[in-house]
Amino acid sequence: MKSVSIDPANGAAGALFIAIGAVFAFQAFGLELGTTFRMGPGYFPLVLALILIFLGCIVLVQATRVQGEPIGAFAWRGMLLILPAPIIFGLTVRGLGFVPALFLAALIAAFASTRMRPLMAIVLAAAVTLFSTLVFIKALGLPFRLFGPWLGY
Amino acid sequence: MELFSNLALGLATAASPWNLLFCLIGVLLGTLVGVLPGIGATATIAMLLPITFQLEPVSSLIMLAGIYYGAQYGGSTTAILINMPGESSSAVTALDGYQMARRGKAGSALAIAALGSFFAGTVSTFLVALFAPPLTSIALQFGAAEYFSLMVVGLVSSIALAHGSIVKALGMVVLGLLLGLVGTDIYSGTPRFTFGIREYSDGLNFVAVAVGVFGIAEILRNLETEKTRELLMAKVGGLFPSREDLRAMIAPMLRGTAIGSALGILPGGGAILAAFASYTVEKRVSKTPDEFGRGAVAGVAGPESANNAGAQTSFIPMLTLGIPANPVMALMIGAMIIQGIVPGPNVATEQPALFWGIIASMWIGNLMLVILNLPLIGLWVKLLTVPYYVLFPIIMAFCSIGVYSVNGNAYDLYAVAFFGLIGYVLAKLRCEPAPLLLGFVLGPLLEENLRRAMIISRGDPSVFVTRPISAILLLLALAVLVVVFLPSVRKKRDEVFVEED
Repeated sequence: MKSVSIDPANGAAGALFIAIGAVFAFQAFGLELGTTFRMGPGYFPLVLALILIFLGCIVLVQATRVQGEPIGAFAWRGMLLILPAPIIFGLTVRGLGFVPALFLAALIAAFASTRMRPLMAIVLAAAVTLFSTLVFIKALGLPFRLFGPWLGY
Repeated sequence: MELFSNLALGLATAASPWNLLFCLIGVLLGTLVGVLPGIGATATIAMLLPITFQLEPVSSLIMLAGIYYGAQYGGSTTAILINMPGESSSAVTALDGYQMARRGKAGSALAIAALGSFFAGTVSTFLVALFAPPLTSIALQFGAAEYFSLMVVGLVSSIALAHGSIVKALGMVVLGLLLGLVGTDIYSGTPRFTFGIREYSDGLNFVAVAVGVFGIAEILRNLETEKTRELLMAKVGGLFPSREDLRAMIAPMLRGTAIGSALGILPGGGAILAAFASYTVEKRVSKTPDEFGRGAVAGVAGPESANNAGAQTSFIPMLTLGIPANPVMALMIGAMIIQGIVPGPNVATEQPALFWGIIASMWIGNLMLVILNLPLIGLWVKLLTVPYYVLFPIIMAFCSIGVYSVNGNAYDLYAVAFFGLIGYVLAKLRCEPAPLLLGFVLGPLLEENLRRAMIISRGDPSVFVTRPISAILLLLALAVLVVVFLPSVRKKRDEVFVEED
């Protein structure tokens, strides 16, 4: 017998399924399960969570048999700068208002590429903000405040 | 004939100046999105959903539908010109279309794709008009058990078109179903899986999940390898295909239309599967199979007709049953609900102008694509030179606005970031996002119908097999499962998907 080697992508996928299934199953136990006749809020999620754990186990077992391609590099810089963009927009859109919040979000996202230069990023973010303000607020009339209370408006 | 009076009503609705304008905007936006890499139709429709809130329901759905088939059209343009399918359904077109372009026949390849799509679009529009009403009357007899079984068929067939491991695709479906259950339980009012966050008690926002899993994850994947896009652009000359080419495309076009129309109706199937199936069939029946991969006309005409026909007929389950065949249809259902229309069999009788207007607009949209896009190809080609690092900050800004304006809930934006991360990690682990999204949409419906069916049957689960329609549907689901797990089919399926990479 060969030593056990695990395909990283499938191994991680299986483990992730099991972990997520366990979280849902644990939470579902806290809910009323009910009977098959009158299912409670926990019944269906519990069944699904158990299926997910079961499928995760199969994936994990398969991972020890077949070796696939390696996972490959992660886009760390992208994750670090792209993912916060909507969060920042969400945190500031009420306080600062639409214009500064969108400018900030676009500016942060712009730096996710190694090719972006600061001046270019500012110009791009400003252009996006201007365009969006004209289209979404002026033309389509979405109910946003352009500038928010944090800026004294 | 009722069919013709219905179609006339539809044409009258779709041909009003406003609706024509929105159809035009839709197909142009769709083509733009299809041409630009890194953002698919699903994410775009999700982003633009809020814009349509201000419109009439008919106009908004016409525009969203326009984006959908426009994107498919644009996707095949880039597939042919630079060997880069803008949409996954045009991946097959790249195989032979790009080779045709390299042999100096880029113009004819584009024209063949356009004509094939238009023909398929015309035929399948009639099919939708023909089959939607009888299906609607069948659907009116559906009870909870039938709906449950139908959704099982949809979920099971969605794994058939996922790449790679079937078990992982099943896992993604289940994960999607679980995520769909987040929120308040409809029967007891108990909050479930919200981790105490009140803002999620209405459930996770569908638009946020779609934008995260499809849009953001895709951006992150593109940022991994920031290569310069090679602009090995073939010169587009001579748009009109030669007489031999035209003759060579007729049979594949007819077969592609038939295959696409049939597969499009299946929930979970749709355009991608149709294109692959058509390519396989064409290669099989061809007298010169060696030509495939080296610029065979049939390799462009067949799949292009098939994916357009499939895109069109996937509206049938959406319009008649209110059940999405693919993520885009799920978004259309979301748009209908926001507009106050309950998707399902009643739409055809209660809102005939809307129902037939959408159907007629499909044909008008396809006509627009043929008339507008052949002359506009130069413009689309120019757009390909826009560097990616300029595109994605714009996409991020629009995503943020789009998601926030659905409910004005900042927590939806946090969900976008979270699902962007999840989607990216799962993509790295070679798990497909499409089954997850389908599961997410169907999760609450599935549970509701299961529980209702069980209450009606007083806890007797045999109701699903004793009611004939339900039993047939479950058998169908079982057959699909057996077929995808058959060793020979698995091998075939692997081969087909290898060709795509």
